[in-house]
Amino acid sequence: MADVMTGADMVVEALKDQGVETIFGYPGGAVLPIYDALFQQNAVQHILVRHEQGAAHAAEGYARSSGKVGVLLVTSGPGATNAITGLTDALMDSIPIVCITGEVPTHLIGSDAFQECDTVGITRHCTKHNYLVRSVEDLPRVLHEAFYVAQHGRPGPVVIDIPKDVQFARGTYAGPQNIEHKSYHPQVKGAPDRIEQAVMLMAAAKKPIFYTGGGVINSGPEASRLLRELVAATGFPVTSTLMGLGAYPAAGPNWLGMLGMHGTFEANNAMHDCDLMIAVGSRFDYRITGRLDAFSPGSTKIHIDIDPSSINKNVKIDLGIIGDCANVLADMLGVWRQRGLKSDAPALQKWWDQIAVWRGRRSLSYKFSDKVIKPQWAIERLYAATKDKDTYITTEVGQHQMWAAQHYHFEEPNRLMTSGGLGTMGYGLPAAIGAQMAHPQSLVIDIAGESSILMNIQELSTAAQYRLPVKIFILNNEYLGMVRQWQELLHGSRYSESYAAALPDFVKLAEAYGAHGMRCSDPADLDAAIAEMIETPRTVVFDCIVDKMENCLPMIPSGKAHNEMLLPDMEEDLENAIDQAGKMLV
Amino acid sequence: MNAPAAPLSPYSSAIGKSNLESHTLSVLVDNEPGVLARVVGLFSGRGYNIESLTVAEVAHAEHLSRITIVTSGTPEAIEQIGHQLERLVPIHKVTDLTLRGNAVERELAMIKVAGRGDNRVEALRLAEAFRARVIDASIESFVFEITGNVSKIDQFVELMRPLGLVEVSRTGVAAMSRGKDPI
Ligand SMILES: Cc1ncc(C[n+]2csc(CCOP(=O)(O)OP(=O)(O)O)c2C)c(N)n1
Ligand SMILES: [Mg+2]
Repeated sequence: MADVMTGADMVVEALKDQGVETIFGYPGGAVLPIYDALFQQNAVQHILVRHEQGAAHAAEGYARSSGKVGVLLVTSGPGATNAITGLTDALMDSIPIVCITGEVPTHLIGSDAFQECDTVGITRHCTKHNYLVRSVEDLPRVLHEAFYVAQHGRPGPVVIDIPKDVQFARGTYAGPQNIEHKSYHPQVKGAPDRIEQAVMLMAAAKKPIFYTGGGVINSGPEASRLLRELVAATGFPVTSTLMGLGAYPAAGPNWLGMLGMHGTFEANNAMHDCDLMIAVGSRFDYRITGRLDAFSPGSTKIHIDIDPSSINKNVKIDLGIIGDCANVLADMLGVWRQRGLKSDAPALQKWWDQIAVWRGRRSLSYKFSDKVIKPQWAIERLYAATKDKDTYITTEVGQHQMWAAQHYHFEEPNRLMTSGGLGTMGYGLPAAIGAQMAHPQSLVIDIAGESSILMNIQELSTAAQYRLPVKIFILNNEYLGMVRQWQELLHGSRYSESYAAALPDFVKLAEAYGAHGMRCSDPADLDAAIAEMIETPRTVVFDCIVDKMENCLPMIPSGKAHNEMLLPDMEEDLENAIDQAGKMLV
Repeated sequence: MNAPAAPLSPYSSAIGKSNLESHTLSVLVDNEPGVLARVVGLFSGRGYNIESLTVAEVAHAEHLSRITIVTSGTPEAIEQIGHQLERLVPIHKVTDLTLRGNAVERELAMIKVAGRGDNRVEALRLAEAFRARVIDASIESFVFEITGNVSKIDQFVELMRPLGLVEVSRTGVAAMSRGKDPI
């Protein structure tokens, strides 16, 4: 079916053909033709953000909470540069988004034209792939290819830079059928002999552990289901990275809690002492492994990942299996069952006994207070009030993010949207807007810090415009708390620029934006206040005044190994916890 | 498996520089704008070395180019480089020719030497011994063209140095596997 239309119409047509219902964006001179095409249809809804960074994070929140591709549309020059942080964030966390940028007309490219920047040059380093479309004839193919590349293999952000004359030009549109990519064909099936080998290692393991990551969630709900089945079939303990929370339910019997820098004592010690590590869709980031040359020294390591470059990147792997998590997990289960394999029950019992000893240290404990709200307790109460609801959580970055990961318990995948790899303050509110757009009937809460929230506070205006009932739950400690904590650890408690001075009155701020503002500082009032927040069918900003000096523990001090954790009852040791080499690390 | 003695990460600062190897990678890419920038950007962005790099279209109809890169690093780092290259969307195939063994590698260089008298005679005599061709000559200078593997060219350049070496222009390495099969 040959369809002649303008480039701008092709963009909208391709969005429809890709099943896109919602896009986030901000107009400008170089995308006006596309905005005009959007104006003349109803299939694709455009959400007007207040800053292009917000559009990118909203697209991420939409994508990660729904499993679909998130889309943003921004203008050339400053529109594109404003989106860079969000693109980088999506690259680090493997989130599939497509970013359409307007560009100056082709004849002006390279002339330092008004609002020209080298968009493809700048975004080459922070996208999975990008395109500059110089001819309208290429546009339909590029549009569909971009969606293919964003979703297939290890997902990531893709930029399509479209000069204004190409948006006006007329050409023949073609739909997404038979798009076979010339060169990009990621391997999704794991090698059977390796899967067999892995399963045999599992049957023989005495101290095994599953270490799962965001890849399980990216692979789709089927991967989480299969992970649960495999864990149940083997009886092995399971831990996860921040990005992987929810793939295995926190209420599940084999759950050890999150691992890594602020992971539980039992998860990190089990990683250190295990004899078989089965890494699934995780990438051995430094914040996970701690000191690399002391990382799980006695284990055989199996690594399942769709990205071959993840295997053996940071840690030497004994058995790498390249493939999509869901496929590989299904095949592993198949072999396990077909062979009628059983775990080494007595060994596993001893292993669980050891884990129980570590668990006995109660590494997530903190001192409750009835005078001041402890941030951990605030999260616990928030969890208690929302766990039976259809809830999506986003976070900003800092202590509150780690407390959310530790004390909010995720039972399902796609329920936590957080900036893991890049650690972007300002992510949470726009991501919540994206998640709310994907799930209009659900409860969406941004667990925020008072400093992070100010980084994209303008998006309150977006929430107000579209009547999005997102809840912003600010753990207000009047500090760039995570920075303050590190200054205690590394710099003699000299709090250089980490006090959040001149904070706005968040209640009034909320009202100024047309949202509902609340404040709570007395532990006795917290439950009622949280209930009010949940029941208010509007955007709510909840200023929760918490203990200013609370530190986020437990912690693997940088430069230390998994079995050298700092526990809550060792807080006095904070200042001496990190040695000179560790100070160099982030 | 037992506790490894060496640090586990190719990025570990503690890792010795003693086990650096030089490898030749042959990379088949779509000849589209920006593809070379992607490859070069990957090397600079991840801190890999480029010792030499050549690129040219090799199949016009299919829009394919071959990039030949000589890089150095630990074996782990070189394995990473291969995988990182494979991740780039317009890349069709990455082959580590050094790992495969059995490859022929050639480089072409032009070498300008200026001088008179004995030096000039000696330069010409050595050029003959190295099968370098004279492609430009004046009363006081020659430009030689020499083809060979990297070390042969290095050696020739060193010999020309005392005889009036002016400048050198080298293409970088082109490489191919031996035998009937393609790379
Ligand atoms: C854009 C950005 N700038 C700087 C940082 C470094 N940083 C990490 S946590 C943090 C403090 C966050 O403060 P707040 O939002 O109040 O959270 P808290 O740690 O107090 O819970 C800072 C500045 C960052 N992660 N992101
Ligand atoms: Mg704070």
